[in-house]
Amino acid sequence: MLAKRIIPCLDINDGMTVKGTNFVNLRIAGDPIELGKMYSDQGADELVFLDITASHEGRKTFTKLVERIAKEINIPFTVGGGIHELTDVDRLLNAGADKISVNSAALKNPELINEIADKFGSQVCVVAIDAKEESDHQWQCYLNGGRIATGRYLFDWAKEAVSRGAGEILFTSMDHDGVKNGYADDCLRELSDNLPVPIIASGGAGKKEHFRDTFLIGHSDAALAASVFHFGEIPIPELKDYLWGEGINVRRTL
Amino acid sequence: MDVAIVKYNAGNIFSVVNAFKRLGIEPILTSDPAVLQRASHVVFPGQGEAGNTMSYLRSTGLDKVIKSLQQPFLGICIGMQLMCRHSEENDTDCLGIFDVDVKRFNPSVHSEKVPQMGWNSLHQLQSTLFNDIKEGDYTYFIHSYYVPKCDFTIATTDYIIPYSSALKKDNYYATQFHPEKSGKIGEQILKNFLLND
Repeated sequence: MLAKRIIPCLDINDGMTVKGTNFVNLRIAGDPIELGKMYSDQGADELVFLDITASHEGRKTFTKLVERIAKEINIPFTVGGGIHELTDVDRLLNAGADKISVNSAALKNPELINEIADKFGSQVCVVAIDAKEESDHQWQCYLNGGRIATGRYLFDWAKEAVSRGAGEILFTSMDHDGVKNGYADDCLRELSDNLPVPIIASGGAGKKEHFRDTFLIGHSDAALAASVFHFGEIPIPELKDYLWGEGINVRRTL
Repeated sequence: MDVAIVKYNAGNIFSVVNAFKRLGIEPILTSDPAVLQRASHVVFPGQGEAGNTMSYLRSTGLDKVIKSLQQPFLGICIGMQLMCRHSEENDTDCLGIFDVDVKRFNPSVHSEKVPQMGWNSLHQLQSTLFNDIKEGDYTYFIHSYYVPKCDFTIATTDYIIPYSSALKKDNYYATQFHPEKSGKIGEQILKNFLLND
């Protein structure tokens, strides 16, 4: 049976791992390769490395980092951040990434999804969506790490992204991110039950129960989290044993 | 030991190169028939689409080279599917090393998404390729097409239906999963493959 996936996410700034709360207040959480290897040894199913550097120099550092990750880590990993066009995708896949994740660039230029899927296949194309529930209970999509509202809505955009060739949807609820009160499971369930591709839940993990809920209630295929792993609050082996005990099929390695 | 990796128009070849390097082996990435014939082991990796990759293999003559090899040979993912007789993906005639046809997953409920993406378990293990691997160990898969159970099946996995997650015939081995991305279990499977001579 296909296992539900646990995915630690590492935000990378100038070659170091950082994690913010509600997209601000960055704290350093260590060396990305060391962390990645540790997670892989502990039984993480995939890793995500997000480049949050703004500078050109930082981008080059990140590409070099991706090459090192590909050499040292023996599980699949996705990279995202700073991908504007097909040449960025080409550069990162050539550096050894298994998948790339696009967010703002896809919202600005949806055709980019088609180009990636046509050239490299849908399996490499993760479309990340940051959205926030507005007062009218509609989920609006935001650009640039949550700073700019787009006037586009989550369910329409996710559906369009899949029809253009997205192989997975990584959904971050901006209201839940960093708050540690659980994932946006109602919303995730609607995505998962209506789209033919895997859905990765992101934003809100604080306790082991939150992972259980996003799999059982949210119907998520994978759950992504950062600080609960980086700061050792939830060890991955313990999380997997717990989920297994709750009747969820996970891959246990230890 | 000279491990050669078949260089062709499929993606994800570097991760196989890196996986062998982690085992302390420097593989040769080549499309040169002479180098492939001389190698002690040949790996045929990949991610890609059956029609394009098959026409590339035919246009370069690699199809005949692959079928003539005598040393241990390992096809991975699309590599495995291309070693079969025919694929439903773009109605493609393949190499025919394994006398079985590749089908598309046909989900019956919404939760069965295609492609299958992620870690799934191996069962009915029947080959030295799986020495020190346990029933139920997990490996990493990404695929929309599958090989049904057949006479060459040496491992099965269940997704929508039970299917072949590995095949063997003479010197030819193949895995639907990606050993190069399957953590320690995948490393052990690659080591086991290299123990063949």
